[in-house]
Amino acid sequence: MMEWIRSNLIMPSVEQLFPLAMHAYAALTIEVVLKILVILVPVLFTVAYLTYAERKVIGYIQGRIGPNRVGFFGLSFWGLGQPIADAFKLIFKEIIVPSGSNKALFIIAPVLSFAPSIAAWAVIPFGDTLVLADINAGLLYVLALTSLAVYGVIVAGWASNSKYAFLGAMRSVAQIISYEIAMGFALVGVLVAAGSLNLGDIVNAQSGSVIHWFWLPLLPLAVVYFISGVAETNRAPFDVAEGESEIVAGFHVDYGGMAFSVFFMAEYANMIIIAILTSVMFFGGWLSPLQGILPEAVFEVPGIGILLGEGIHWLLIKTSFFLFMFLWLRATFPRYRYDQIMRLGWKIFIPITIVWLVVASVLVVMNIPPWFA
Amino acid sequence: MIKSTARYIKSLFLLELIKGLRVTGRYLFKKKITVQYPEEKTPQSQRFRGLHALRRYANGEERCIACKLCEAVCPACAITIESEEREDGSRRTTRYDIDLSKCIYCGFCEESCPVDSIVETRIFEYHGEKRSDLLMTKQMLLEVGDQAEEQIAKDRAEEAPYR
Repeated sequence: MMEWIRSNLIMPSVEQLFPLAMHAYAALTIEVVLKILVILVPVLFTVAYLTYAERKVIGYIQGRIGPNRVGFFGLSFWGLGQPIADAFKLIFKEIIVPSGSNKALFIIAPVLSFAPSIAAWAVIPFGDTLVLADINAGLLYVLALTSLAVYGVIVAGWASNSKYAFLGAMRSVAQIISYEIAMGFALVGVLVAAGSLNLGDIVNAQSGSVIHWFWLPLLPLAVVYFISGVAETNRAPFDVAEGESEIVAGFHVDYGGMAFSVFFMAEYANMIIIAILTSVMFFGGWLSPLQGILPEAVFEVPGIGILLGEGIHWLLIKTSFFLFMFLWLRATFPRYRYDQIMRLGWKIFIPITIVWLVVASVLVVMNIPPWFA
Repeated sequence: MIKSTARYIKSLFLLELIKGLRVTGRYLFKKKITVQYPEEKTPQSQRFRGLHALRRYANGEERCIACKLCEAVCPACAITIESEEREDGSRRTTRYDIDLSKCIYCGFCEESCPVDSIVETRIFEYHGEKRSDLLMTKQMLLEVGDQAEEQIAKDRAEEAPYR
C-alpha cells in the first residue's frame, strides 16, 4: 500500500516540482506529512465526537437522551451535527485577552497544552508496521510528552493574572505531577515485563492469548495506570482543577472562544492517548483476544480471518472501551477532596506500584510461565 | 483488626467502586424519561394556572361586573380596572388590564371572582418580544376567553365538587 502510494503519487509530483538534488528529501517530507495527516485527522475527528459521546453516555446514565437536535440537511441524525455546530460557534467567538495578562504567554499556553497530546501520537503503534516513528525510546518519549502538558496548564494559570485561574493551575499541576510518578512507575513495570522501550516490541511481547497480555501479570499496575491517567487528564472524579463551586473553571477561566476550545481539545486528546496507551501496554494493542482460543487456521480464512485476527480494529475497540470507562467513571463518582487525591496518589498508588515492580521483576527473573517463559 | 483488614481489602480491590459502576451501568440501559417538549408534552392538571381570560355567559354577555375584588386581592398589583355605568344601567368595566410581567400566576383573582369571569386557562405557550406585548387589555382577555371557553368550562365543571 505504502509502496504503491510512494511510487505512483508522491514520486511523480516530486519529480515535476523539485530539482533533482532535493528529490529524496522532498519525497520523505511529503510522505511524513501525509502520514501525520492520516493520523491527525481521525484523531481530531474523534476528539470532536468524544464530546458528543460523553454527552450522550452521561445523559443515558442519568435517564436523559442527550443532544439529539442538531443534524445534517434538516434531519436530526441523533444529534450527530452537535460537535460541528459547537466547533463553529467556538471558532466565531471573540478571544478576550485580559488587560492585566501576559499576552504572549496567554496565547501560547493553549498551544503548549495541545501540542504534546498531539505529538505523542507519533509513536503509537496501530499495527505491526503501522507506526509513524518506530523509535526505540517510544515509552520514554510518551512519558516525556505527557509530562510536558503540565506547562500549558501552569502557564495558562499564571498568564491570566487572575487568582482563580492561578489557584486552579496550582491545584491541577500539583495533581498532575503527583500522579505522573505513579504512572511512570506503572510504565517501568511494563518496561521490565517487555524488556523494551519500543511500543511495538511491547505489544509483540504480549502475543499468545488474552492471558499473555500484561494486564494479568501487571494487574495492579494496569489499574493504577488507568486511574492515574484519569487523574492526569483532570477528569472526574479527579477534576478539582475545575471545582465550579470554588474556583469557577480552574486554570482556563479567562479563556474564551477558540483559545478555550484548544484546552478542551487537549483534554480530550489526552483522554484518547491514555486510553490507547492503556490498550497498547496492558491489553495487547492490536493483538486479537481470540488468538490462542481459536485454532490458527481460522485466521488464514480470507475475509473473516482478517476480522478475527490481529489488526488495527482490535486496538480501536479496546481504546473505545477505555474511553467509555472515562465517561462511565465521570457519570458515577463524586469529586475527590483535594487531600484525598494527594493521599491516593502518594500513599497508595506509589507504594503499590513499587511493590508490584519488585513482584514483576521476580516474575521475569524466575521466568514464570505463561508470561515470561 | 479483622474489620479494618476487611475494609482495607474492600478499598484495595475497588469493590465499592465497582458496585457504583454497576448501578450506573444499569441506568445506561434503562428507559429514558426525557419529554421532548415541542413534540411531546407532560399531562396538565385542570387546575393549571396559565394565561388569563375573561369569560362570557352563553348569551354573549360578559360576566365581569367590575366589582374590583380581583384588583384588590392581586398581590402583585397586576390588574387595573376602570368602570362606568352602561346605557342599560348595569355596571361594566371600561378597562380591564393585566400586566403579565407583574403577574405571579397565584390564581387569587380567579378565586375571588364572584361570577367566574376572570379565569386562568391552560395556555402557557405565549411570549412577548417587548414589555408592552405582555400587557393584556380587556379586548385581548375576552378573545382568549372566547377561544378557550370550551376547555375552561369543562375544567370548571370537573373541579366543581372541590370549589
